[in-house]
Order: sequence, then structure tokens, then C-alpha cells
Amino acid sequence: MSTVATTQIKLTPEHARPRTSVRGRLQDALPKIVLAPSFAITVVFVYGFILWTIYLSFTNSKTFPSYAITGARAYQRLWNWTFDTDPPSSWYTSITNMGIFGFLYILICLALGLFLAILLDQKIRGEGVLRPIYLYPMALSFIVTGVAWKWFLDPGLGLEQTLHQWGWTSFHFDWIKNKDFVIYTVVIAGVWQASGFIMAMFLAGLRGIDGEIMKAAQIDGATTFQLYRRIVIPLLRPIFLSAFIVLAHLAIKSYDLVVALTSGGPGGSAWLPSNFMYEYTFKRNEMAVGSASAVIMLMTIVAIIVPYLYSELREKPR
Amino acid sequence: MSAVTTPARQASGGMNVKLVNRIVIYGLLALFALFYLMPLFVMLVTSFKTMDEIQNGNMLSLPKAPTFDPWLKAWGETCVGLTCAGIKGYFWNSIKMVVPAVLISTMLGALNGYVLTKWRFRGATLVFGLMLFACFIPFQSVLLPMATILGSVGRFGVTLQNSIGTSFGLGNSTVNLVFVHVVYGIGFTTLFFRNYYEAFPTELVKAAQVDGASFFQIFRRIMLPNSMPIFVVTVIYQFTNIWNDFLFASAYAGTGDAMPMTVALNNVVNTSTGVVEYNVNMAAAMIAALPTLLVYVLAGRYFVRGLMAGAVKG
Repeated sequence: MSTVATTQIKLTPEHARPRTSVRGRLQDALPKIVLAPSFAITVVFVYGFILWTIYLSFTNSKTFPSYAITGARAYQRLWNWTFDTDPPSSWYTSITNMGIFGFLYILICLALGLFLAILLDQKIRGEGVLRPIYLYPMALSFIVTGVAWKWFLDPGLGLEQTLHQWGWTSFHFDWIKNKDFVIYTVVIAGVWQASGFIMAMFLAGLRGIDGEIMKAAQIDGATTFQLYRRIVIPLLRPIFLSAFIVLAHLAIKSYDLVVALTSGGPGGSAWLPSNFMYEYTFKRNEMAVGSASAVIMLMTIVAIIVPYLYSELREKPR
Repeated sequence: MSAVTTPARQASGGMNVKLVNRIVIYGLLALFALFYLMPLFVMLVTSFKTMDEIQNGNMLSLPKAPTFDPWLKAWGETCVGLTCAGIKGYFWNSIKMVVPAVLISTMLGALNGYVLTKWRFRGATLVFGLMLFACFIPFQSVLLPMATILGSVGRFGVTLQNSIGTSFGLGNSTVNLVFVHVVYGIGFTTLFFRNYYEAFPTELVKAAQVDGASFFQIFRRIMLPNSMPIFVVTVIYQFTNIWNDFLFASAYAGTGDAMPMTVALNNVVNTSTGVVEYNVNMAAAMIAALPTLLVYVLAGRYFVRGLMAGAVKG
């Protein structure tokens, strides 16, 4: 991928002279000095802030932060709210939605992405046109995606109305206004946006497979289906892992899409934990509860990402 | 470029099966192309229709009398909250935020990548690991402390303004957002440059060192001239991410004149006063989408490469 041009190195002779000791030491420390600001920023504004959030979650901060530790009350409150109330508590709605959304979003994106990649890998004429069409939604913001799909799924204006005009008057599709189904519209819009990118990842993986292996299997009489099931898909395992990480990470962070597509849904029925956190922290003045939910989100990500990063960075010791 | 080739030995009637296969494959591909294009198509045609035609016509039909008015109205007149001056101001807010944030985070990423690969020190992997993990955190876990700090900085800015007549940009929402995007963007930019420079021949750097070239000379004369592709990838990736951000934008500039485009668009669409003008909403959404779409159309190859680099570590 990288083509390194032959570089003309012009050096002025004055730099060739031996260093004085102070200057030399400064030179030796220079790389670390250059890296230090970025590292310090990361330590303070990422790790320091995370600790701060964790701290706040153990206080009883409301509108303003309070710094007296009052124990795990915020967490108890989160988990005490149950389904028994009607409607179920926002936190339970949020985590149930997270489960539904995360599961379907990841599963459908992986399946659709792989399927499209395999189709596109069949020596398709016009691949150069189709690929960018599948992928462009990734360039849009969640807000734009949400606005577009909100219109498309609106019963009075979009799909339902259109099919009614075409004569299918019994067609009924009001998920976006239905508190039990609104989360599935978030899945549809989310899949629409990310599946093309997953397709591109799989396609890159398919193109990297050695053609000899495929030929050998075909000579042995494998059908196309067997070829993919037994040989190609197992070879794509690393891509599955990367794609899963990307999707899981996107799913847990999804916030904008719910806001733009559903405005939170009827009675907050489309909330994800990210929306819960935002609402409780900034709108309902329950800072400690909001922080506790943020900590739970972070822990979920940590459980997924840290083993992955650890193996990625450790595999290639230098 | 390896694809599945049908075996030469095929049962009789193989040609027919093959033809049917091809038709099915192309049919499916076309169907999915429709699925991906549909929302954009609907958005585009709606933005050129009159309200009359929207209420009485079909969502999928082309505008009978295309009008550019919704675009003009979205740009210059529509109401965002209580101000009715269109979205143009917010569009420029986004530009003013994106350009410095992208440039600063990319430059820092280049320097960091250079240090982490060519001036390795003990603990470099740990430092990189810590910076890399920062890419993955849900921003909700830093949102509140950052809001508190930005609030304090803002109050300090007001004090400065009152006492010495200038706040040095402290407390300015755009400055705040630039800062936030740089802070939470350097993880990605460092990752990109580190992986790119990892493959860059270290011998060249060593040779230059022997010849007495300094740290910055090597960076400027050897690394930078050979970094064009990764610069393009990083700039596009950062530009898309920062332009499309909504969480930070709504938390730190959610109200007032400094609102970026995404927040303004959400306000336009979810406004509850008066008649909802769908054509204007769609035009506003198109305007918000145009910069990133343009980048995608012009430099799609680099766009994909950036996404991949963010996903698959080298």
C-alpha cells in the first residue's frame, strides 16, 4: 500500500558535529516531549474523566455535582426500577432495547454484509457502480439518516401511504409510532447505514483469499455452497471479529439515531442507555443516576474491547 | 482479484443453470441497490416539491414542477428554535469547528505516530494502548466532567473579558468543540499514522540520524513527503466524524448561535411550532449531508480505507 519514494536527504553540515551534553540530552528526550502533550491529554481527559464519572456515580449529585460519597444508591435506584411499573422504568426499557437493537443490528449487518460481499465477488459487471451505492450511507450523519427514515417510515407520508395509493389499502406499517415496535425501526435505519461498510470489509477479506485454495477445492468437486461454507467463511474469521467489534462499539454508542429518528419514541420507548444517560444527566437533573448508567455502558465496552486490544497489541511483540 | 470460477466439467444443461444463477445474482444486487438508494432518492425529490404536491402526491414520484424554493428557504429563512435566519449560520459554525479540529488532530497524530514507530522507547506499546483504548470509550463516560470543566473555563473567560477586555476564546462554544474533538480524535489519528509509519523503512531514518539530521528534520524531510496517502485518509476520516458528530455538539453547544449543523438540523426537523414543511426539512437534511457526501464521491477510495484502518489494526 505504501510506496516509498526515494528521498533526497539534504543535510547541512552543522548538524553533523557532535552534540554538547545538555543539547544531546534534550535531543534524546525530544520524542517523548513531543508525545507528552497528547498522552497527558488522554490521561486527564479520558482516564481522569472516567474516574470522575465513576466518583460522581457514588454521590447523590442532582443538578450540580456534589462530592460527598453516599454509596451505591444510584446503582440501586437503577436496578430497583423494574418492569412492574407501567410503563416499565426507563432504565429497563433502555437495556432491553439495547439487547434487541444490539443483537439484531449486529446479526443482520454481518449476515447482509457477508451476503452482499459474496454476491459482489462473482465477477459482477458494474461492481464499481454498485459498491459505492451500498457504502454511501456510512458517509451520512446519524441525524440525516434519522431524518430520511423518519419520513420514509411515517405512516401518513411514507411507505404506508405510498402503498395505499398504489391500491394495497390493507397495508399497515406504523412501527415508528408504536411503543412496542419503535426500536425495530432503529434497527432498520442502523442496518441501512452500516451494512454497506461491513460488506466492504468482507469483500476486502474475500479478495485476500488465495485463489489456489479455491481452485483446489473445486477440483476436489466441492459445490459453490460447500466451498463457501467449508473454506471461505472459516477463512474470514478475523474479519468477523473486526466487524463484530466495530458494530458492537457503534451499537453501544448509538444515540443520535434514536434522537433523530424517533425523538425517543412514544414515552421514551426507543431509548438506548446512551439516551437514558443524556436525559437523566442533562434534562432530569439526576446526575448521579446518569453517571451510574454511563459507568455501566463503559464497563460493557471494556468487557468487549479490552481482550480484543490486548490480543491485537500482544500478538506482534517487537 | 480471485472469484469463484465455475468448474469446466458441468452437467448438461449447465449453461442454463449458469444463466439463471446470473439473473438471480444481478436481480438481488439491483434490489439491494434500490434499498440503499431509496431514502436518499425520497429525500432528494421531496426537497424539490411544493407542500401541495407532498400532501397530495406520491412519495416516490418525481416533482411535477421542480422548485428550488425549499433549498433557499432552508438555507436562509427557516426557523431554528426561535431564530428564523435559515441554517446558513450553522453551516459556517460547522466549518469553523471542523477545519481547525481536523488540522490540529491530524498534525498531532502524525507526530505521535512518528515517535511511536521511529523513536521507540520503553513503554511505548503501553502508551499507544492507552491512547488506542480512548478511541473506543462511550463518550457518555466523559461527557459530564467535560461539561463541568468547560463551564468553569467559560466563567474564567467571562472574568477575563470583564477585567482585561478579552477572553482569549475561553468559553467560546466553537473553541470548546474544537478542543473536545481534538482531545477525543487524537487516538484515531495516532492509530492511523502509527500503522502507516510502522511499514515505513526505519533504515532511512537511521541513515539520516547517522548523518546528523535532527528529530524534526527527519520528520519534515523524510516522513512528511511520504505521508500523503495517510494524510488524505486521516483528514477525510476526521472530517466525516467531526462534521457528523451530534453528542458533543448538543451537550456543549446545544443552544445559541454556535450550534453546529447537526444540532440545527435536528431542531429544524423537530420544531413543533407552525406547519411542518417537509420539503424544507429535506432540503436542510440534504445541505447537512452534502459536504460528507461530496468527500465520499470525490475520494471514496480513501474514505473506505480510513474506515478500514479504524476497524482493522495493521
